[in-house]
Amino acid sequence: MKLTTLAVAAVMAASPVMADLVFPSLSYRTGPYAANGIPFADGYEDYFTLLNERDGGIGGVPAKVIECETGYNTEKGVECYEATKGEGALIYQPLSTGITYQLIPKVTADGIPLHTMGYGRTSAKNGEIFSNVFNYPANYWDGASHAVNHIMSQGDISGKKIALVYHNSAYGKEPIRTLEELSKKHGFELMLVPVDHPGQEQKSQWLQIRQQKPDNVIMYGWGVMNQVAIQEAANIRYPMENFIGIWWSGSENDVLPAGDRANGYKALTFHNLGDDYPVYADLRKYVVDAGKAAGAGDQLGTALYNRGMYAAMLAAEAAKTAQELSGEKNLTPAMMRDGMEALEMTEAKMAEIGLPGFGPEFKVSCQNHGGNGLGAVAQWDAAAKKWSLITGYEGSDQDVIQPLIDEDSAAFAAEAGIEAGCK
Amino acid sequence: MFYREAGDFKVSYPEDSQTFPIKFDRYRYYLVLAVAYLVIPFFINDYWANAVFVPFLIYATAAIGLNILTGYCGQVSLGTGAFMAVGAYAVYKLMTAFPEVSMLIHVPLAGLVTAGVVAIFGLPSLRIKGFYLAVATLAAQFFLVWLFNKVPWFYNYSASGQISSPERSVFGIIVTGPNTEAWAKYMICLIFVTLAALIARNLTRGSIGRKWMAIRDMDIAAEIIGVNPMMAKLTAFAVSGFFIGIAGALFFSVYLGAAEVGESFGIDKSFLVLFMVIIGGLGSIFGSFAGAAFMVLLPVFLKNVFVGMLGWPTDLAAHLQFIVSGGLIIVFLILEPHGLAQLWRVAKEKLRLWPFPH
Repeated sequence: MKLTTLAVAAVMAASPVMADLVFPSLSYRTGPYAANGIPFADGYEDYFTLLNERDGGIGGVPAKVIECETGYNTEKGVECYEATKGEGALIYQPLSTGITYQLIPKVTADGIPLHTMGYGRTSAKNGEIFSNVFNYPANYWDGASHAVNHIMSQGDISGKKIALVYHNSAYGKEPIRTLEELSKKHGFELMLVPVDHPGQEQKSQWLQIRQQKPDNVIMYGWGVMNQVAIQEAANIRYPMENFIGIWWSGSENDVLPAGDRANGYKALTFHNLGDDYPVYADLRKYVVDAGKAAGAGDQLGTALYNRGMYAAMLAAEAAKTAQELSGEKNLTPAMMRDGMEALEMTEAKMAEIGLPGFGPEFKVSCQNHGGNGLGAVAQWDAAAKKWSLITGYEGSDQDVIQPLIDEDSAAFAAEAGIEAGCK
Repeated sequence: MFYREAGDFKVSYPEDSQTFPIKFDRYRYYLVLAVAYLVIPFFINDYWANAVFVPFLIYATAAIGLNILTGYCGQVSLGTGAFMAVGAYAVYKLMTAFPEVSMLIHVPLAGLVTAGVVAIFGLPSLRIKGFYLAVATLAAQFFLVWLFNKVPWFYNYSASGQISSPERSVFGIIVTGPNTEAWAKYMICLIFVTLAALIARNLTRGSIGRKWMAIRDMDIAAEIIGVNPMMAKLTAFAVSGFFIGIAGALFFSVYLGAAEVGESFGIDKSFLVLFMVIIGGLGSIFGSFAGAAFMVLLPVFLKNVFVGMLGWPTDLAAHLQFIVSGGLIIVFLILEPHGLAQLWRVAKEKLRLWPFPH
């Protein structure tokens, strides 16, 4: 058996294609997180297919997406990283905070950029320490602050009790520090309700919420945990308009199983929703109708498909920036990193791509790898089966977040022996 | 023809009682060691180290540990994942508290810590047996995972509850952290697995091992012939814990680099190692290696065939891989309930008679 494995790997290692721009997609289409992993992976791949079909790639060089199934499992994620990095991978987007923590030291050693859009290690915003890690346009701590700001916009928060229902992993634990600081600042009481992986069983957590009656519930969930939580909340008749999820708990797959009872559930987002954008006409024409869509091709216009596409779009724009900066068409990971650090998203750029007003404007710099942290609140309309934004893009409480970022990144720098500074 | 005792005369007791009394076996063993130590390190790359060899060697260490407990002493354990977590957190605390000490010291120390913890969780085995003991170890699994999640001291108060291994070295060679060379990772795991196999093999051949096996085969009879059940069971738990702790320490520090207890050391890890032991063969050191190889290499192999060679979609490949590995496990267990080690034993019997089987 070993011999055959050897032979297979030898075949794989012998044929690296260096001519393309390689964008590995560490996706998960199986397991308890598949319902959320599939639309993101489809959106990511379809956007690159669109670029190849319509524009002949990025700057004339075709983009190549290598897909590798991680199942949201860190061990498989590491295997995928090792298997694809030799193929000239330009950027990794693992869509898993656990895998991100594994990859941060590895990509830094290998010199490959890592983009964790709205997830991962929040303090990676400090680019002076995390040279190869980017988390623009928003991060978990921004999300926690947005949720609290939204609750404050609806009335006095002091003295209220707010529950955080979270995935008991690095992902779910990320916002706790921020929420603790915010609870001190604004005088609300924070109640922590962890849900263990995968989160199919949450009876006891929601019983606790029924007993303690928090005024608001914030959820940091992912995968099957989201659906279960929303159904359980409906079962105990928790008022949905007081229930607000992070952007990872705000896809159609999460609310549809609860049916009408999910009406009024809120979720944060850092990009726009729906398929009312010019780029969708191109996507249908060049990708879906041509039979080149990834997966089943039925996810267009869903929240996570849009996010996957947004992630691919930001990667493609960073690649374009890198091509302009270096003057080379065929990029290396180092050039890609510089491109990401010089990325500037403007309204004009997004309109040109066919996504006017889709995401916030931001500019990446060495000091700030995290963008502006703008976010909006969306609400689910169960009758129309649609998300709609109920607020505009608003900023987060940087007075609270920035010191935490400085503290956490300094701790990482001390632990890993990194000198802060720009490359 | 090659594999037989005839003509291989032993003139001293040590010669007669050596691990591999048959010459062919012995040379094969030396050859495997030579390839593992002198050939592979020069050819290994990152992919081979991280996807194949390092996990294989680490799981083999864990399987040896569980095999001592379940295969040799007959005590079922479903707490292997959590016991590996004890090793991982112990080595993490040691690495961060004493940065200048070599990993060659930290890892066995983590093994010792785990041995102590596992021996404590082995105490119920003095009163309960079989399924009931399995449930008691299951409680250990959930309790330890909960503990490592709950008490921030274990993860040095990091914001996310993750532990990540800093850069540490052995004689100036970096063995943990992102800048580790592939061969260094491989070598440190290889050294520990070799030692674990040697120690385990010799323990099981000696009086302690015989006591374990007596308890496994019939504990009352064993007690009557003078085996102290408490000592036998607790030493089995402790020795097993030592190896599992080493495996956990290496798993976190060398292989993963960062770990989260619920995900990396959950109940599925306990079952994975238990499957390795059952498929490899209970009560066999070779079986531990064979089982680990089967469970670690087969998924990687199938994935490379389905996605790399045939170009199938990744989700189809992932599902098919479950079906194929699950099916193979069932086929193996029906055809050979005693595992891969028994197949190997049968093959050796056949070899003895070859080429004249009558």
